[in-house]
Amino acid sequence: MAKKLPEINSSSTADIAFLLLSFFLMTSNMEQNSGLQRRLPPMPDENQKVQNQQINRRNIIVVKINSADRLMAGNEPIDVSQLKYKIKEFLVNASNDPKLPEKEKKAIEGFGDYMVSKGVISLQNDRGTSYQAYIAVQNEIVKAIDELRDEFARVNFNRPYASLDEEQQKIVREAIPQNISEAEPKDVSKR
Amino acid sequence: MAKFGRSGKKDVPGLTTASMSDIVFMLLFFFMVTTQLRETENKVMVRLPEASQSAKLERKDLAAYINVGPPVQHLQAQYGNDARIQLNDSFRSVDDIRDFIATERESKSEADRQFMTVAIKADENVRMGIITDIKQELRRCSALKIMYAARKPVKD
Repeated sequence: MAKKLPEINSSSTADIAFLLLSFFLMTSNMEQNSGLQRRLPPMPDENQKVQNQQINRRNIIVVKINSADRLMAGNEPIDVSQLKYKIKEFLVNASNDPKLPEKEKKAIEGFGDYMVSKGVISLQNDRGTSYQAYIAVQNEIVKAIDELRDEFARVNFNRPYASLDEEQQKIVREAIPQNISEAEPKDVSKR
Repeated sequence: MAKFGRSGKKDVPGLTTASMSDIVFMLLFFFMVTTQLRETENKVMVRLPEASQSAKLERKDLAAYINVGPPVQHLQAQYGNDARIQLNDSFRSVDDIRDFIATERESKSEADRQFMTVAIKADENVRMGIITDIKQELRRCSALKIMYAARKPVKD
């Protein structure tokens, strides 16, 4: 009669596997890649004459950050917390103020005509500006535009922007474009 | 005549734990596959700035990373504590970005090249001068899609 081999006790393999699992859970970082996405303007061709794109002065708001991280928006000093309202006021131009950007009637596919603002936000910074302040300003501008898009989506689709489908989001993006120009580097404050 | 009569005992059979390890191993493999271990060693200290509006990068595999920040503690004796650029595994200057972008482009598939995003991971305390230089260089190499890496502020 063959001897019966004693079975290997396998109840602890689960524990070992759990140990391994928790090790990996702790050491690995599910790196979240998030940030503010931008498109840089293409480099102007050297041979090509720089054509001065005449943008009407009322259509542009210049946001300057100096080396002490102080902020200037449309020729007046301003705090970062107020920038959002300034940008929104600039882009909405509810009362058709002649000092604020003009609007242009634009046919949006799948939606119809909408008065799209021609406003451009021009961001200028100094070489000494801290990155933190720069991102804070960028963030405020994006926040202003995001809120406007949200409002637009709520009015027209009864839902916040995030829960719209692709087509509708495209409509909203066209109605409220994100025109941020990061100008050529300039020394804002002369030393 | 109970042909299939039960044999006396009415014990509840013990729960077999033999398959538990398989389940856990499956979980383990899932985590091993989905998480990517850091390929390059960080030579600069980067504490990302906060931005509440930061959005997730959709195609992580199409990103090229440029790290900017002061060198890590044990390298400061050698390199000083000025902000520096790290590409792949070593300190580089702004002029090397061109080659870096070219190799990164080469490594992506033909169809995806236009969607390549350059993620600038810069420390919150660096000055804009170095960032501006990087941006100008990127424009020169026509790598126009960029992302300023930022983290979401912790809600309180």
